[in-house]
Amino acid sequence: MASKPNFVQISEAQFRTNFSDLHPPLGDNAAVVEASRCLFCFDAPCTIACPTHIDVPKFIKKIATRNVHGSARTILEANILGASCAKVCPVDVLCEGACVMNHHNEKPIQIGLLQRYAMDWADQRDYQPFAAGNPNGKKVACIGGGPASLACAAELAQMGYDVTIYERKPLAGGLNTYGIAEYKLTPKDAVRETERVRHLGVKFECGVEVTDHIGEATGKAKAPATQRSISFRELEDQYNAVFIGIGLGETLDLKIPGEDLGGVVDALSFIEEYKTRRTKCRVGKRVAVIGAGNTAVDAATAAARLGAAEVRMVYRRSEKEMPAFAYEYELAKRDGINFNWLTQPVRIHGKKHVEKLECVRMELGKPDKTGRRRPEPVPRSKFFIECDMVIKSLGQTKFEGFLQGILHLNRAKDGRVMVDEMTYQTSNPKYFAGGDCINGGQEVVDAVADGKKAAHGIHGWIQGLG
Amino acid sequence: MADLSITFAKKIKSPNPFWLASAPPTNSGFQVMRAFEAGWGGAVWKTIGEPIVNTTSRYSSIDYNGVRMMGFNNIELISDRPIEDNLREIYEVKKRFPHHAVIASLMVESKREVWHDIVKRTEDSGTDGLELNFGCPHGMSERGMGSAVGQVPEYCEMITAWVKEVAQTPVLIKLTPNVTNIAAIGRAAKRGGADGLSAINTINSITSIDLQDLTPRPKVRGKSAHGGYCGPAVKPIALNMVSQLTCDPEIQIPVSGIGGISTWQDAAEFMLLGCTSIQVCTAVMHYGFRLVEDMIDGLSNWMDEKGFKTIEDFRGLSLARMTDWGNLDMNYKIVASIDPDKCIGCDLCHIACWDTAHQCIHIEGEGREAPTRNEREAAMNFLQPPVHHPLTVHEPILHSRGITNQNIGISGNGGARRAAPPITPLHASTQDAPPALRSNRVPYVDEEECVGCNLCWLVCPVEGCITMKEVDTGLPEESWNKRLKRLSQTAE
Ligand SMILES: Cc1cc2nc3c(=O)[nH]c(=O)nc-3n(C[C@H](O)[C@H](O)[C@H](O)COP(=O)(O)OP(=O)(O)OC[C@H]3O[C@@H](n4cnc5c(N)ncnc54)[C@H](O)[C@@H]3O)c2cc1C
Ligand SMILES: Cc1cc2nc3c(=O)[nH]c(=O)nc-3n(C[C@H](O)[C@H](O)[C@H](O)COP(=O)(O)O)c2cc1C
Ligand code: SF4
Ligand code: SF4
Ligand code: SF4
Repeated sequence: MASKPNFVQISEAQFRTNFSDLHPPLGDNAAVVEASRCLFCFDAPCTIACPTHIDVPKFIKKIATRNVHGSARTILEANILGASCAKVCPVDVLCEGACVMNHHNEKPIQIGLLQRYAMDWADQRDYQPFAAGNPNGKKVACIGGGPASLACAAELAQMGYDVTIYERKPLAGGLNTYGIAEYKLTPKDAVRETERVRHLGVKFECGVEVTDHIGEATGKAKAPATQRSISFRELEDQYNAVFIGIGLGETLDLKIPGEDLGGVVDALSFIEEYKTRRTKCRVGKRVAVIGAGNTAVDAATAAARLGAAEVRMVYRRSEKEMPAFAYEYELAKRDGINFNWLTQPVRIHGKKHVEKLECVRMELGKPDKTGRRRPEPVPRSKFFIECDMVIKSLGQTKFEGFLQGILHLNRAKDGRVMVDEMTYQTSNPKYFAGGDCINGGQEVVDAVADGKKAAHGIHGWIQGLG
Repeated sequence: MADLSITFAKKIKSPNPFWLASAPPTNSGFQVMRAFEAGWGGAVWKTIGEPIVNTTSRYSSIDYNGVRMMGFNNIELISDRPIEDNLREIYEVKKRFPHHAVIASLMVESKREVWHDIVKRTEDSGTDGLELNFGCPHGMSERGMGSAVGQVPEYCEMITAWVKEVAQTPVLIKLTPNVTNIAAIGRAAKRGGADGLSAINTINSITSIDLQDLTPRPKVRGKSAHGGYCGPAVKPIALNMVSQLTCDPEIQIPVSGIGGISTWQDAAEFMLLGCTSIQVCTAVMHYGFRLVEDMIDGLSNWMDEKGFKTIEDFRGLSLARMTDWGNLDMNYKIVASIDPDKCIGCDLCHIACWDTAHQCIHIEGEGREAPTRNEREAAMNFLQPPVHHPLTVHEPILHSRGITNQNIGISGNGGARRAAPPITPLHASTQDAPPALRSNRVPYVDEEECVGCNLCWLVCPVEGCITMKEVDTGLPEESWNKRLKRLSQTAE
């Protein structure tokens, strides 16, 4: 590492400042005042817009009467991951975007912050509102320890199921623990939330990878020899039903020369590294992030906050086509990120380590099948971007090969697992699925909603079997 | 600019009708002078009498939706300062502010010579008038003073008469609202020779109880006592009591209005019901003397707008519009009307009307039609439940995934999700339904069934969205009293 002078590191104190809460919590009085603004709409649109259908006016009114206990319970009843959702939900396009106040020329009610207020209350006293149901003798396995599985397991446990979560990583929580920007959610808080699920009697087998019968695991990296594993076949034998909540696979490759040079990393590994190793994570002085989605923004802002002097996002389409949410783009701009629009990287140069990125300029041609105008290279427009680090962020793969180990499991062309709309059952009746692996990558709250609904699908199916 | 000056009871002159009520804000000469500098036209001095001892912890209040002190409660007694200090300071204030009104509030033992003595001493200080405190509802009443006098017309008349035997300046009687008929007390004061009335004093109250230690507030070493209630919450009660005094043909002496006044609008309302001056306490205890600036400014702008040159031009004008219920026209009909362009779709009017009024505001496609008369009657007879009346909580079935900027009306690229395509359904190919559009949340009114109660209009958070529109019933004006008369005539 010492041989790479163009890398920087920050102190623990700087880390804490740079990654402190994006939206600081409301104080007691501010929460009551904000809660009192809520109109208490009938059949409220905010509740409809929340994928888990938290009864928003109900929990807000309880804050207004200082019944924070009841408020927390109302939230957790609908969404066992209410604490992380309060911090990570893109509320502008969910509950707050639907708030009637938007039509009133007023700021929408700060639902996310109020939800956080009630959830902080719950976390301060390790509040456990629910208990396991009477054991019904049925067993369910959940593959993956992310939001989808956690929600599914919590729901099933309350109905009396004996549930085991298999997670290949050392900690549960999925991307909540390893992927969400640190200034939104810390791994500590994400893991604490999984305790609420453990409290319901759900068993966690962390560090255990589920493999197909041939032994292929989900990741490219070979599991360490000590890592335990369990196969689909074994799960099928031991459990009445299996829930697939494995999320998405690795970051897509750029498929350009130079990708294997030192200093070229993928966004997810980079994010996981800084979240787990904190100040030990070194970042290039000049960083180029390739892609312009929400994950790319997360990687870029993280690089900037880790001390990179110059961070740019390189995207082959224009600002208008940028897939990141508007407020994520705003955040990137506030963090001083530069943007190279209409720029296509074609090669990464360097001896052992990245030195520069060769790019061509693009222009927008005719619309493609997604309706976005297709970028086309401008002839003889080659140029270079000097950089010490390249972060790839072109989206994630689906777990193709691995899932072939499940018999008769139908998947869409793009690799997503297909499920029944109502029951979340897959084409193999023993398997149900939810979260990123069925929707191709949406939000935590969508995964929670899927997991919850799948739990009821599983319950219905097992009951039907008698 | 309008002339705000007034003359109360022929003798008390004041540059404007805004007086400070007898209370902590008028406890000393220092405070009253600061108040006059801020713009107050007059001050009724904190009640003077034999100095008392107060408890510490004296106030408590009710907050409403995060706003502090909607209602205010105190267990304080009269002035705790020696009589001579108060009188000397009145003298000094009058010397510095000869054109402002200074009125001394008095309360002493119910003995003729004691009253004679205090009145003479007080008038020597140069006060413009006297206000007899027959209203204080706690502490003093237990010693036979304050509301103990104000609740018994005979006492009230007797003591007023004693004071009038020696008083040179106008005598105002401050009334307690803790009576069944305030006009009866007002008449007694008039018989005793009062030159004016001040109303209302505070209302008996217990504001709240600490749900942790179960002690009512304010707490004095683990105990509490009932206090006197005031502040914005009491304004409607005060307005009604004031109108009972100003409407009474036997009374007809000037009234100084008190109770929950915080703004120029409040003040204008008291004056429209006949008050010559108004007095303020809680609002200045909340915000300080500077509050009067907007009271003066707002009132005079309103008067200019309405073409009123002096206070007398509009004083009492609303009294003619007060009548008994029996004189109201029963053939006047209004119905609610919703402006769909202004409606934000909160559906509060719908649920208010549905649950608590007349089931006549509907939402398109909600399957909630008003139960027919037959259905209602059937339900009353427990024969069958009303067919269309859903008793279950409406389960939101719509899903977020169709949300775009357009259909939830937000700015920014709200449509972009981490990955655009929705989940691939196994069997069906329908996408999740988009969330409710605002347009199909706009309710409509069944005008036939609407009784024009105003509830939806009061509930609606959007100004001007629901209006109550008059409909022509084609029937002549007829009040209950007229109808009784007509019916008795036809019976004859
Ligand atoms: C960088 C980034 C930032 C994000 N930011 C936000 C945000 O701010 N707000 C928001 O709402 N959403 C955000 N998301 C999306 C959100 O994290 C996901 O939608 C959500 O975590 C999906 O939950 P899941 O349970 O489906 O999958 P995951 O959270 O991915 O969990 C899947 C789990 O399964 C485990 N697993 C996989 N295969 C196996 C196997 N074979 N055996 C055992 N375990 C296995 C994985 O290790 C993982 O822990 C972000 C995503 C990324 C990538
Ligand atoms: C529109 C309306 C009509 C009322 N009608 C009656 C009535 O007929 N009989 C009665 O005893 N009280 C009546 N009340 C008084 C209420 O029963 C209740 O005592 C009062 O509203 C105070 O309670 P609250 O303010 O806490 O709701 C009525 C109140 C309202 C608002
Ligand atoms: S879970 Fe997310 S979308 Fe639902 S109400 Fe809470 S913050 Fe809003
Ligand atoms: S839409 Fe807004 S105002 Fe209405 S209940 Fe929801 S948060 Fe409250
Ligand atoms: S209360 Fe007003 S804004 Fe709300 S639905 Fe009714 S008419 Fe619309």
